[in-house]
Amino acid sequence: MSQPANMPRWASLWLMPLLNLFAALFVSGLVIALIGEDPVECLKLMINGAFGYPEGIGYTLFYTTSFIFTGLAVAAAFHAGLFNIGGEGQMYLAGLGVTLVCLQFDYLPAYVVIPLAMLAAILFGGAWALVPGYLQAKRGSHIVVTTIMFNFIASSLMTWLLVDKLRMEGSQTPATREFAQNAWVPMLHEWFAPLGVELPNTPLNASFFLALIALVLFYLVVWHSPKGFVTRTVGLNEKAARYAGIPVDKVIIAVMCVSGALAGLAAINELLGSTHRMNMGFTNGIGFVGIAVALMGRNHPVGILLSALLFGALTQGGLDLSFEKPAITREMIIFTQGLIILFCGALENLFQTPLSAAFKRMLKNQ
Amino acid sequence: MAELAIELIGVNKHFGEVHANKNITFGVRKGTVHGIIGENGAGKSTLMSIIYGYYQADSGTIKINGKAERIRSSHAAIGLGIGMVHQHFMLVDPFTVLENIVLGAEGGITLDGSLAAARTHLQKLNQDYGLQVDPDAIVGELGVGTQQRVEILKTLYRGADVLILDEPTAVLTPQEADDLFRILRLLRDQGKTVILITHKLREVLDITDDVTVMRAGEIVGQVRTADVTKEDLADLMVGRKVNMHLDKAAAVPGKKVLSVSGLNLVDSRGVALLKDIGFDLHAGEIVGIAGVSGNGQSELLEVLSGMREATSGSVQFKGTELATLKTREPKAAAYRKLGIAHIPEDRSREGMVKDFMTFENAILGYHDDPSVRRGFLFNRKAIIERCRRFIDEFDVRPALTHRRIGLFSGGNQQKVILAREIHANPDLLLIGQPTRGVDIGAIEFIHKRLMQLRDEGKALLLVSVELDEIMALSDRIIVMNGGAISGELPAAEATATSLGLLMGGHK
Repeated sequence: MSQPANMPRWASLWLMPLLNLFAALFVSGLVIALIGEDPVECLKLMINGAFGYPEGIGYTLFYTTSFIFTGLAVAAAFHAGLFNIGGEGQMYLAGLGVTLVCLQFDYLPAYVVIPLAMLAAILFGGAWALVPGYLQAKRGSHIVVTTIMFNFIASSLMTWLLVDKLRMEGSQTPATREFAQNAWVPMLHEWFAPLGVELPNTPLNASFFLALIALVLFYLVVWHSPKGFVTRTVGLNEKAARYAGIPVDKVIIAVMCVSGALAGLAAINELLGSTHRMNMGFTNGIGFVGIAVALMGRNHPVGILLSALLFGALTQGGLDLSFEKPAITREMIIFTQGLIILFCGALENLFQTPLSAAFKRMLKNQ
Repeated sequence: MAELAIELIGVNKHFGEVHANKNITFGVRKGTVHGIIGENGAGKSTLMSIIYGYYQADSGTIKINGKAERIRSSHAAIGLGIGMVHQHFMLVDPFTVLENIVLGAEGGITLDGSLAAARTHLQKLNQDYGLQVDPDAIVGELGVGTQQRVEILKTLYRGADVLILDEPTAVLTPQEADDLFRILRLLRDQGKTVILITHKLREVLDITDDVTVMRAGEIVGQVRTADVTKEDLADLMVGRKVNMHLDKAAAVPGKKVLSVSGLNLVDSRGVALLKDIGFDLHAGEIVGIAGVSGNGQSELLEVLSGMREATSGSVQFKGTELATLKTREPKAAAYRKLGIAHIPEDRSREGMVKDFMTFENAILGYHDDPSVRRGFLFNRKAIIERCRRFIDEFDVRPALTHRRIGLFSGGNQQKVILAREIHANPDLLLIGQPTRGVDIGAIEFIHKRLMQLRDEGKALLLVSVELDEIMALSDRIIVMNGGAISGELPAAEATATSLGLLMGGHK
C-alpha cells in the first residue's frame, strides 16, 4: 500500500483508523435509529457497560485477553505473507488439548497441570495450523482455503468428541465435566485479595498478563531477532528470501505453527480462566475477531492491544446494552463488529484520497 | 525556424512533494529524430506520459502542430497523431501480427471486414517503411526486434505522425538496434517525427538530430546533435565532469577459483536453458558474459549462486564440488558461507526488500552471522554501525540508516547491495547487471570499485546486457546465445560487431 507523500505518518497511523471507526459507528447508529432506538443513548450505555464500572472493566479486559492472542496469531502469519483465517479452528483444537490434559491430570498441583495445559494448547493449536502450513509450503495449496476448511473440520471433530466421547456422564449438554480447581488459572481478584486490593468478581485472570508478555515478545521477535527478520523477508519478498538463502518452506511451516499456538493460548483464557470446562462452540468467533484485531492493529503489538481492547469493549458493552435494550440483540452487536471490520479492513483506504487532498490544501495554505 | 510537431511551454507536474517536471519548455521539429536523455528519475518518462495523455500536467501548455491541446487520455493522443512504443511491449502473444494491429481499432460487428482492410493498409505501411513484418505470423513466435517493429506498425496503423520510443534498444542486439535505427531514419525521411528516450549516449549521437537533456525534472540542455560530443552530453546529464574512461591495468590472473564444466539446466517443461556450459575463472580477473537478455545468463547466475539446481554438470569452487555438496540449509546460504557473493540481476526484486530499512537490507543474507546477533536477538547497534560504514564508504545518499530502501535511487540501492556483498570478503563475486537503472555518477563509482576488487585478487563474473560495460570492465568475454556459449574473446580483441555477431548466434 503506497502511502501518499503528502500525508503525515501520524495521520495514516492514527487518524485513518479512527475515521474508519467513526464511519462504522455512524452507520451502526443509523441502523439503531432505524429500529427506533436512540443511537447516542445506546453508545453511552455501551461505553458505560465496558468502562463505566469495575466489573465492566474486568469483563472488557477478559475479552481483550482472548482477542490479543487471536490477533497476534493472525499478525504472526501475516508477517510471513500468510493469511491465517483458521484461528477459530486452531483455538478450538487447542481447547481439546487443554481439556484432555485437565480431564486426565487435574488432580496434580496447579504448578504442574497449568503449564501442562498451556503446553497442550500450544501443541494442539500449532499442530492444527501445521497441516495447512505444510500444504502451502510444499504443495502450494492456498492457506486461506485450507485454514477455512480446517475450521469446519475442527468444528465437526469437536462436535463428535463432545457429544460422543467427552460429554459428562448423565448430562444432556455437550460439555465436559468441570475441571478440578487445581487447573484453574487464578483470577485476578483472587490474586489481589490477599494484598488488600479488592477487585470485582470477574473472569479476568492471569492469562491477561500472559497476553501482555506475548505482545512484548512478539515485538522483540518480529523486529529485533533473526527469526523475525527471516519471517518478514519471506512475507515481503519471497524472491529476495530465496536469494538470501532463507529456507522459505521451513519458515512458512514454522510461522504457521507459531500462529496456531498463539491462537491456542486464547483457549487457556477461556477454558481455564472462565468456564473451567469445555463447552461446544466455546470459541464463539474469537478466532475470527482476531482477523479484525490484526487488520485494525496493523499487525503491530501496540495496534493489536488497542484494537483488542476496542473489540473487548464492544463485546462487553454490547452485552450490557442488550440487557438494557431488548430491541438491541446480540446480532446487532455482531453487526457493528462486522461494520468495523468492513470499514477498517476492507475499506481501509476509503478516506485516504480526501484526507491526503485535505493535507495538501493545508500545506499550500501555510 | 522549422515547424514544430510538438511544443511544450512551461509544463509542470508534481507527485506529492516531488516536482517531477519543472517548467518544461521545448519543441520538437517536424520530421526529425529528437533524443531525450537523462538519468533515471530525471523526469523523461513523466514528460512523455504527459504528452501521451497518461498524466495531466499541473500547469503549462502543450501545442501539437502549433495548436494548443488538452490531452486527457492516450486515446486523445492517438487521435492527435501521437503514437508510443513502450519499453515493455503491449502485444497479445498468441495473436497474429494482423490481429494485434487491429486490436483496439476494430470496426463493424465481425472482424473479417476490418481484418481485410487492415491487411491492405498494413502491406502498404510495410513497404513504405521497410518494416518486413509478416501479417500472419504469431507474435509470440517472433523475435524481440520484430515484435518491436509490430509495435511501430501498430502506431503507424493508427495514423501516428509522431512516434515516441521509450528505451527501444534495451532489449536488442547491436545488429537489431542498427536495424531499428535504419527504420527510424526511413520514418524521418518520410516526414514522421520520432522522439527517442534513452540513456545511451552512443545512440543519441548516432541517430538524433536534436537532443534535449533532462536532469532532476528540468531541462538542462537543448542542442543540435552535430554540435556536441559524448562527453558534453554526459557532463550535462550528470551536472559535473564525468570520467567516462576507466583506467584498466592488465589483469594478473592468479589461482583458478571457479571451474564450470558440462553444466546443463532443463526446466520443468523440458526446455533446455543452459547447454553444456564450461569455463574457468581465476583470482584477479573479470570475466564478462555478454548476450541479449534471456539467453541463459540469468540462469547461469542462479545456478552458480545456489538459487537453482543444475540438471547436470560440475561446478568446482576452490576445489569443492558444489554440484554434489550436501547442505542442511538452502544452497544459496551455504555457497555464501563458502565465499561466493552475489549481486543479483534483478536488484529490486531479488537483491533487497524494498520495504525494509537500509540497515535491514545491509544484512540480508548475512542475518544469521554471529557478528549481527546477540543471543536470540539482533545486535542492533552492530548492524546500524555496519550500515553506517557502508553508507560512508560507498557514499550512499541520502545517508540514512532508517529509511525504506525502496525510496532510494537505483544507484544508491546498488551501492548498498555492493557494500553488503563486498563486506563478506568473498573470493568470487557474481555480478548481474551492476548498473541497470543506475545513474552515470554511480556507474563511474561502481565500475571503479569493481576494478579495485579485481586488483585485490577477487574473481569476478560479470553479466551485463550493456556491451560498453562488458568491454570496459572484462579481461575476457564469454558470449551466450540460446543457453550455450557461442564464443569467447579476450577483451582487447572484442568489438561491438564481433560480439554482436556472437550474440546473434553466428560463430
